[in-house]
Amino acid sequence: MIALLIRDLRLAVRAGGGFGLGLAFFLIVVVLVPFGVGPETGLLARIAPGILWLGALLATLLSLDRVFALDWEDGSLDLIATSPLPMEGVVSVKALAHWLVTGLPLVLASPLFGLLLSLPEAGYLPMILSLLIGTPALSVIGTFGAALTVGLKRGGLLLSLLVLPLYVPTLIFGAEVARRGAEGMEYTVPLAMLAGISFGAMALLPFASAAVLRVNLR
Amino acid sequence: MSFTLAPGRALILRGPNGIGKTTLLRTVAGLQPPLKGRIGLDREAMAYAAHADGLKAVLSVEENLGFWARVFGTGSIEPALQGFALGELRHRPAGALSAGQKRRLGLARLLVTGRPVWVLDEPTVSLDVEAVAMFGAAVRSHLAGGGMALIATHIDLGLAEAEVLDVGPFRARAPAPEDFDEVFL
Repeated sequence: MIALLIRDLRLAVRAGGGFGLGLAFFLIVVVLVPFGVGPETGLLARIAPGILWLGALLATLLSLDRVFALDWEDGSLDLIATSPLPMEGVVSVKALAHWLVTGLPLVLASPLFGLLLSLPEAGYLPMILSLLIGTPALSVIGTFGAALTVGLKRGGLLLSLLVLPLYVPTLIFGAEVARRGAEGMEYTVPLAMLAGISFGAMALLPFASAAVLRVNLR
Repeated sequence: MSFTLAPGRALILRGPNGIGKTTLLRTVAGLQPPLKGRIGLDREAMAYAAHADGLKAVLSVEENLGFWARVFGTGSIEPALQGFALGELRHRPAGALSAGQKRRLGLARLLVTGRPVWVLDEPTVSLDVEAVAMFGAAVRSHLAGGGMALIATHIDLGLAEAEVLDVGPFRARAPAPEDFDEVFL
């Protein structure tokens, strides 16, 4: 398991691994939004939580099709399936590696991006907290989508369409935490809902992903 | 069709392209369920190698092999590197290897799995005569140690311990309607 995690992280940071792709996309969104809506600080501050969450979600989506596709193409997925690693563990490790490469950098970079969108001071902690709790759900749900579409040529389009509706609850509660925080309101209820979604996805979806992966390998 | 394999023995599958050798091997490897029948093979005892070697181009020879050694929980990769003459290439990225060298690395993976039953699909593709001899020696020493091998190949590996099974007569006559995969219904 740890060997698989180390291998995936190593592959991600070496040439052509796609590390930083999500972060660059996030940066582009955040830098371009003020140009698009105008430099009015009040307006920007109001939409900043939503923009940050939307940017994080789309940045995650961008790298999802790589989760299994590369291993499927070069045959490693067949070999991993016949190895002693349980499939549920494999998909969990894949999701974890995806989060470490895509989600965690987004969380760490979000204060800086909040600054670019003139997020109110009270909004930083809830925003970081909501991204920290919410992005693992994005990775786990996305891994499920990637397992469903593995083996399809140009599966990226289908993957996005499959995964987007599943992302809606995470986005609603995540953005709600960040918005309430930015407006100085109480945000524990949406935070608890977000945590529920995240932990529920982490606990249940690996079994579903492993099952569809086994079917797709036939 | 039916066959059994005793320890120390190998079975060579022969037959024209498209007859179903790969399907048979994938079924034995547990990657797809049999339509009918039974396979009495403990999947924990089996190592599978197919056309694709599962190599990562940006990882070195050593890293590629080391990954599988850790996955299968076996120790040193040195015997595998020596067995397929990869020692001098150990620090080279797998993407920079020639087709035959990649194949050798893919086969060296079998030695680090430490599993007794090898299920091999066309293992000698793109190997030169010398490398085929290396592979033959590896299979022989594996069999001598009580291992088993099920190999689909067209060339003669020079294995005295091997029986040949021609799968030609077992051609499926008509595509059965129950072929249809139930998950798509």
